[in-house]
Amino acid sequence: MQNSDLFLNIGRFIVLIVVQILLFNHINFLGYVNPYPYILFILIFPFTGNKSLLIFLGFLLGLSVDIFSDSGGVHAAACVFLAYIRPLLLKFSFGVSYEFNTIKLSKADFGARITYISAAVVAHHLVLFSLEIFNISHIVLVLKSTLFSSIFTIILLFCITLLFSRKN
Amino acid sequence: MQQIIYFFIRNKNFLLFLLLFLVSIGFTINSHSYHKNKYITSANFFSGTIYNWKSSVTNYFGLREQNEALAEENLRLRTLLRKQQDTVVAKEIDSTILPAPFTYFPAKVINNSYSKTKNYLTLRKRASDNIEPDMGVISSKGIVGIVNNVSKKYASVQSILNTNSKINAKLKNSFHFGTLSWEPEDKNPNVVKLADIPRQAPVIVGDTIITGGKSTIFPRGVLIGTIKNFNLSTNQDYYDVSVELFNDMTSLNTVYIIKNNEKEAILQIENNDNRPTVVLDSINQPSPQNNAEQ
Repeated sequence: MQNSDLFLNIGRFIVLIVVQILLFNHINFLGYVNPYPYILFILIFPFTGNKSLLIFLGFLLGLSVDIFSDSGGVHAAACVFLAYIRPLLLKFSFGVSYEFNTIKLSKADFGARITYISAAVVAHHLVLFSLEIFNISHIVLVLKSTLFSSIFTIILLFCITLLFSRKN
Repeated sequence: MQQIIYFFIRNKNFLLFLLLFLVSIGFTINSHSYHKNKYITSANFFSGTIYNWKSSVTNYFGLREQNEALAEENLRLRTLLRKQQDTVVAKEIDSTILPAPFTYFPAKVINNSYSKTKNYLTLRKRASDNIEPDMGVISSKGIVGIVNNVSKKYASVQSILNTNSKINAKLKNSFHFGTLSWEPEDKNPNVVKLADIPRQAPVIVGDTIITGGKSTIFPRGVLIGTIKNFNLSTNQDYYDVSVELFNDMTSLNTVYIIKNNEKEAILQIENNDNRPTVVLDSINQPSPQNNAEQ
């Protein structure tokens, strides 16, 4: 990782947490639907970067959000899970050779991008809500929350990646 | 030996994942049992400060409603005072001699969640107030929650909109009591459920529900809400009552923390008696050992 890349990632880490806890945790669309776009950090972490480092950073990211929302360790668990399965998702959406091509999320084609973002968001939210609700008898609630929040997050992530994609 | 080292190196990502995942699940389970996790809480200095900045900006937007709420509370208290002066004329007791059983501390809500299944609030308190976990929190209109974790300037509160909260409540015009809890299914932040009200109780839609005072957390008679609707539970012996809260849990600003000055004495005598503790307002029904620790 280059120096500028390092600072960019640190800045992104902090900005995403702050925006998540101050803004997106309080949207309460239709009473209870909140998006969790802070996982963007894990999604656009350099594709060739160190995987162990990403898992550890995912843990820190989730734990920071947990501290602010008094939720124990649910975000940490979901982020660690997402960071761990990210290589799989990348292979699934961009093809086997993703590691050798220098793909950037903002430059990938539309279909691959939507597969990657949606799969990652659904995986993260499913773990998140299963652990948050933590009750088999409320399985419908888990699925409902996952569905609504996922749609919200996917749309937001799409807008964010479009807004901040550098044209060069 | 080499094989083992190779195994670790080959699977280092999976092992790291497993370790951190289990740690997170440990935190999650810990947070379900009552005030066990001291660190993963918004009452710490760092998150408290950030929420404090936020609320110092957003506070201005609610000033009008805050003023109205305070005027309303003043009106209610003045009416009570008037009634008291009118009825109790001859009986003049010097109440300053008797120690008051409850002390109230003001606090400001700096963060509030109500859309999850386990909701918490973060309060900014005065540093001089000695707040402890297990104290009740009310607003001018009614019940809010129970203090969960405390740092020097901040406190996190387990809201009544939390599936772990169980609060002892009773009908205002009879002595039948039940347990107040929150159903996450409909996620309505203004309706809670009162279970275990016996069938004999005179339940009428619109009646007031107040706290039962069978614990050391809330005094008796704190307002909770009105009966929205009710039906017999499946075994036909108890009513399940939906209670519409007086409080608007989505817009809270100033709250009061209640300290029970007789708590130690009550708990001591209950523990000495060696009888099972009465229905406690709290979470996972803390055992007598837990109470003794506090």
